[in-house]
Amino acid sequence: MKKYFILLVLLFPWFEAQASSEQMPSVDNQLYKEECSACHMAYQPGFLPARSWEKLMSSLDDHFGENAELDDDARKTITGYLTNNAADHSSAKLAKKFLKRISNDDMPLRISKLNYFIKEHDEIKPHMVTDNPKVKSFSRCETCHRQADEGSYAEKEIDIPDFGKWED
Amino acid sequence: MNHKVIVGIILSFFFSFAQASVIDNMLQQYTAEGGKNFSAARGEQMWKTDYPDRDKPGAVRNCSTCHGDDLKIPGKHAKTGKTIDPFSVKVNSERFTDPKFIEKWFKRNCKWVLNRVCTSQEKGDFLMYLRNQ
Repeated sequence: MKKYFILLVLLFPWFEAQASSEQMPSVDNQLYKEECSACHMAYQPGFLPARSWEKLMSSLDDHFGENAELDDDARKTITGYLTNNAADHSSAKLAKKFLKRISNDDMPLRISKLNYFIKEHDEIKPHMVTDNPKVKSFSRCETCHRQADEGSYAEKEIDIPDFGKWED
Repeated sequence: MNHKVIVGIILSFFFSFAQASVIDNMLQQYTAEGGKNFSAARGEQMWKTDYPDRDKPGAVRNCSTCHGDDLKIPGKHAKTGKTIDPFSVKVNSERFTDPKFIEKWFKRNCKWVLNRVCTSQEKGDFLMYLRNQ
């Protein structure tokens, strides 16, 4: 019994690392949460580098084909929050994993087209997401990642509508 | 009548007064900006008009694209699927209580549908139509 206990203690840092590498620091800015979850989930700032957030926030009149304009004060406040907590300013393991696969001269805007994102979802078949009428798009994280709103993307929390839990 | 029903009635009067005064204040503002004789009929006509979809040649956009045809039930964002609370004040007591919110969405949605901001006249007409849905 004792040796299993010792094994658990020794392996604990590994377990801890697994858990924390599936966690983005959750959104703690109320204005961002309110303004930017009217149409979609309030994505955690750790997904994109600061330069991407800057670009996105300066082109809200054409936000992926929609008009998401804000008044100047709100726009400045939210931009500040996003850039301060962006992937290149974050100590979160998961943020660093995303950042590592973004080249320095790249300014991506779409989280679901990031290299790390694609890699993590490469086993997902179209009928589970894009052709699944209950999901439709990879941008709807919270539809399958049931704790995405809290920043948690743990595999055990995945529940794909009409398909169920994800077993790797 | 138990006291919960009475409180409910009083609250709904209160909300309807709040909504009425927000809309009336906005109509006053629009009048100062040059609008007049605001018309629910004109508002309804604009609401139901199709406009060209600038991203999909041949397709159209209108207010129902996201808000649906029945304003008493929730709408759905055309791209993200996010639920949009109903417009009708009869089922949604939070509609028309925040002028900043209303102006924000007028700006966004008029630009998205019409490719320009709505005039004060048009906004007034819309409010006249929507307040009675």
